[in-house]
Amino acid sequence: MDLLIQLLITGVMVGSIYALVALGWTLIYKCSGVLNLAMGELTLLGAYVCLSFYTWGIPFPLAVVGMLVIGFILGLLTERLFLRRMVGESILAVIMVTAGLSFFFRGIVAFTWGTDTQVFTPPVFPAEPIRWGRIVVGQVYVWSFVAALVMLVVFVAFFKYTRWGLSMQATADDEMASLSLGVSAHRVYALAWAIAFMAAGVGGTLLGNINGLNISVGYLGLLVLPAVVLGGLNSVPGAIVGGIAIGILQNLSDGYLSRFTPGGIKEVAPFAFMIIILWFRPYGLWGWTKIERV
Amino acid sequence: MEAGSRMGQAALDEIHLKVDDLRISFGGVQAVAGVSLDVRRGEIFSLIGPNGAGKTVLLNCINGLYRPDAGRILFEGRDITRLPPHRRAALGIARTFQKIELFSGMTVLDNIRLGRHLHMRAGILSGGCYVGKAAREELTHREFIEREIIDLLEIAHIRDKIVGMLPYGLQKRVELARALALQPRILLLDEPMAGLNLEEVEDMARFILDLNEEERWRATCVLVEHDMGVVMDISNRVAVLNFGEKIAEGLPAEVQATPEVVRAYLGEVEDLYASRR
Repeated sequence: MDLLIQLLITGVMVGSIYALVALGWTLIYKCSGVLNLAMGELTLLGAYVCLSFYTWGIPFPLAVVGMLVIGFILGLLTERLFLRRMVGESILAVIMVTAGLSFFFRGIVAFTWGTDTQVFTPPVFPAEPIRWGRIVVGQVYVWSFVAALVMLVVFVAFFKYTRWGLSMQATADDEMASLSLGVSAHRVYALAWAIAFMAAGVGGTLLGNINGLNISVGYLGLLVLPAVVLGGLNSVPGAIVGGIAIGILQNLSDGYLSRFTPGGIKEVAPFAFMIIILWFRPYGLWGWTKIERV
Repeated sequence: MEAGSRMGQAALDEIHLKVDDLRISFGGVQAVAGVSLDVRRGEIFSLIGPNGAGKTVLLNCINGLYRPDAGRILFEGRDITRLPPHRRAALGIARTFQKIELFSGMTVLDNIRLGRHLHMRAGILSGGCYVGKAAREELTHREFIEREIIDLLEIAHIRDKIVGMLPYGLQKRVELARALALQPRILLLDEPMAGLNLEEVEDMARFILDLNEEERWRATCVLVEHDMGVVMDISNRVAVLNFGEKIAEGLPAEVQATPEVVRAYLGEVEDLYASRR
């Protein structure tokens, strides 16, 4: 029983990081219909930028703020340089551009920061775990959870209460109508990319604090797919629930099943789960079901 | 209402919207093949023609959803041919759609308010917490929206209903309300009567006349419509499109009597009968 609770708690906490990244992914999909295959590399870029700031001696909160600013700018640039010229092209072509971007960014990361695992030194969060009775949770998990929650709340408030957020919602809901009401589609796309960069950067930074930072943190980008498939590709609450669910699933399968296998069950479980969801709910829990009317 | 008497009210000479030799084609099909129009300030200008004549395409070009291959569009003397749609909306060009394009999960009021809100000029941060300038702006807009638009279109009883749940006729009305939230100088109406019952058609025609004539709005209207009775009743002038070309233009009575128009429409009717047999 303790093991179960322990696994659930850690799962929710790691899952909240996935949720944050999934939110960024969903936003791009919702607003512009682009299936972004470079999400993992966005997490890498953000995490390494933050790590660089931190190793230069900038306090961690300021390093995160600096990373958010850089992420915002990179997001705007990426949209402007690579994706804007693709507007109106076939969706497959746009997806291939994001695949290209993922290699490009990965190359930049390896080129700039090398491929060895790097850690935040000195450690940002105290190593001393928090204990509730027999349940033990590392502080890094708790703080990651808090940070991810804060970011999620900030983003949701942004969508609900600001004009830009409303523009994004309106565009996602009905692009033609929002264009006719004075929303600039380019600005919405650019903003979606900027937010995706920022969310991914925070996600990557937090994971980097947990496990250390190397190229493999970029696999988070793939892990986002089962999360958003579960929630329904275009649902923001779905992305959050999906991210947390994948975190829990990973931890449970790791805790209960890994002793029966030579290893890797943690990595496989989310994707097996995704396939099962696609059998029964192809549009996820809250996705738009597309019914074509003729 | 007599077309002749309404002509007197419109400012006759000032050209509000000019379309000059507009051309656009999709995959080799010329959807609009060199159409020129002069829409005068304050008039109701109708575009009619058989299905596929290029009426909606023309509206999409005026509103900026499509970029024409050639030709120019001038709004209040300014060349807007290359402007993106959101800039045209900011200039005061609003529209409704043939197939309803509403934010269907929101309430009527939220749809209207969103149209209004996207227009607000408050900064992004103050817009977030509704303080100072943004709060005042929000309040004045809310009053504006509630009093003017909702009263004019008689939708007070459904203002808190979810749009997707409303009957079709009311959705059409909400779409017009949302377009009005931009305080448009020119209103592009794409088949506002389509699918409405007789009573709803009369209401809609009355609304269009109201927002065209009332001092508060004075919106120039470009109307695409198939209901000939309404078109002939409320239009100042009518242009007829067929296969992407303008085949007639003038007062409603003149257009009705033009042989090309009769042929274009009768031809379509004959085809219709043929296909039903």
